[in-house]
Amino acid sequence: MIDRGQVLEALGTVRDPELDESVTVLGFVSSCTVTGDEVDVRLRLPTYFCAPNFAYLMVADAFDAVNRVEGVRRTTVVLEDHFASDAINGGVAARAGFVASFDGEAVDELEGLRRDFLRKAVLAGTDLVCRPLVAAGRTPEELAVMTLGDVGLSREVDRLRSRRRDLGLPADDTSALLVDVVTGEAVGVEALPLHLRKARVTGVSVGANSSICRGLLQERYGAGSRLASVGGGAEEEL
Amino acid sequence: MSRPHQRRTPEEDLCTRRTARSTSSSTATCTTGTRARRTGWPATRTTPRAGSSASTPTRDSGPPETHWSIEHFQKYSEDDLMKDVFEDGYVDVAVFQPTYLKEWYTEGFNTTERNGALSEKHPGKFVVNTRWDPREGDAGLRELEENVKRWGSTGVKLYTAEWREGSRGWTLKDPEAYRFLEKSQELGIKNIHIHKGPTIWPLDKDAFDVSDVDHAATDFPDLNFIVEHVGLPRIEDFCFMATQEPNVYAGLSVVIGGLMHARPRFFAKVMGELLFWVGEDKMTFGSDYGIWEPKWQIEGFVDWDYPSDEFSDYPRVTTDTKKKILGLNAAKLYGIEVPAELQLGAGAGTPAAQESAVGVSDVGAVV
Repeated sequence: MIDRGQVLEALGTVRDPELDESVTVLGFVSSCTVTGDEVDVRLRLPTYFCAPNFAYLMVADAFDAVNRVEGVRRTTVVLEDHFASDAINGGVAARAGFVASFDGEAVDELEGLRRDFLRKAVLAGTDLVCRPLVAAGRTPEELAVMTLGDVGLSREVDRLRSRRRDLGLPADDTSALLVDVVTGEAVGVEALPLHLRKARVTGVSVGANSSICRGLLQERYGAGSRLASVGGGAEEEL
Repeated sequence: MSRPHQRRTPEEDLCTRRTARSTSSSTATCTTGTRARRTGWPATRTTPRAGSSASTPTRDSGPPETHWSIEHFQKYSEDDLMKDVFEDGYVDVAVFQPTYLKEWYTEGFNTTERNGALSEKHPGKFVVNTRWDPREGDAGLRELEENVKRWGSTGVKLYTAEWREGSRGWTLKDPEAYRFLEKSQELGIKNIHIHKGPTIWPLDKDAFDVSDVDHAATDFPDLNFIVEHVGLPRIEDFCFMATQEPNVYAGLSVVIGGLMHARPRFFAKVMGELLFWVGEDKMTFGSDYGIWEPKWQIEGFVDWDYPSDEFSDYPRVTTDTKKKILGLNAAKLYGIEVPAELQLGAGAGTPAAQESAVGVSDVGAVV
């Protein structure tokens, strides 16, 4: 018998690549049913027309995450109520890839997209970590020589490190606090003010997107419709 | 939620309002609401759900008293338009953007011809823009030329995400699009409005990427590219691009209508970012009339300021800022004469100067 809590934990590692938030926290998991060694997951999104590339990534990631849970023999992940549900569900189940799933409508697989949005997540995370430092009076000269280890422990720093690791950027205690999100090189003192401005506008954008998506999801499915067991541990019907 | 009102002298107030009246405002820039995510923006009163009265960003993007019934929205009249825009809406000259979308509207949603006919009935009220679609090839080039000659268009409105015969869209980078840009320039068109942001169902997934504007703006330095809806909600790509291209403008259609009332804090951030990266000389108001009326948008923006000290490191918004955004910048782009008393005072700066791409010069202010 599979532990449903473990399955939900695994789903919790799946993020919306653009909003940089877990699909369970966002309310995108509408049900998770465990029957013996089989798991059935239903996903839903804020709109019928959510971009299919992001949707595909989330469905595929959910499939992989659940499949990795020990003892799971059969995984089904179904995206519901979406204009491309059939193409996405079929494509993920067959492990066909995005291009094959959208024959004639897509030219690239989605790893480039994922990296682009991870870079945005690193920038937005940099804003969260650095804005308080700037507000506390840190100068560009000081920030330019600070390391990740210098900023102490917080949820924001953990998250920033995690995203940097995902991108293959340096993320240990001795790594520069501010790095170029493409090269991983430390940001020099002269480029630093603009780097922080870019981090901030990226944070504004991610925050806006997130707020819109949450609002639309609530509008679409109602405030009380989040999967009760996420964070609460209640069982859903099998 | 309420916004603090900026305190001004009555003269300033009058002057700002009259500035809004005296110049132009784009209208009909956006046609229908949608729920597409990421690229999408929820427009008001387009897809109401019967019996639902919940307060949501979708339906309450404008003040409740300005909401129309769905029946009115589906068919509003010429008289409605003239009253809402010109009598009540402070607009003296409107830039009329056509929207074809012929995959869904057999005769087009609002074509150059229909807009032009309205313009002829009301001389001096409208700037009649036209459009093109590179997938129409030589026939499209001929039609563009005819439209420019017939209606005197100096601007076009482009929808890269428009569907056409199985195609889900196009980009300004396409060689065919370059033919149309060259032709536009040859015909005397100055302003290329391009729809980036709120989507009109059903549009393709990557069609709102702004990198194609970057290419075209570099290769056609004498054309102005007004990016309508600034790629909302994903504004960072637009901001980085606009900073580097002196001929790229931020079109505030949907930004004001969709955010100022419904999401005042996000609106403040977006305005702050745009003022920082793009600058007040390159931002233009757009009303999105039929989705929202200009009256409340203009009144609200005239009274607007950042809601708290939290926004203190964004550029300040002055009466001159608002005059430029509400009219003077667009007047300059379209060569619309502005009465002397409504222009900026001496020494207050020149609107819409291309060299005013900001962002980098005053960036030291951040730390």
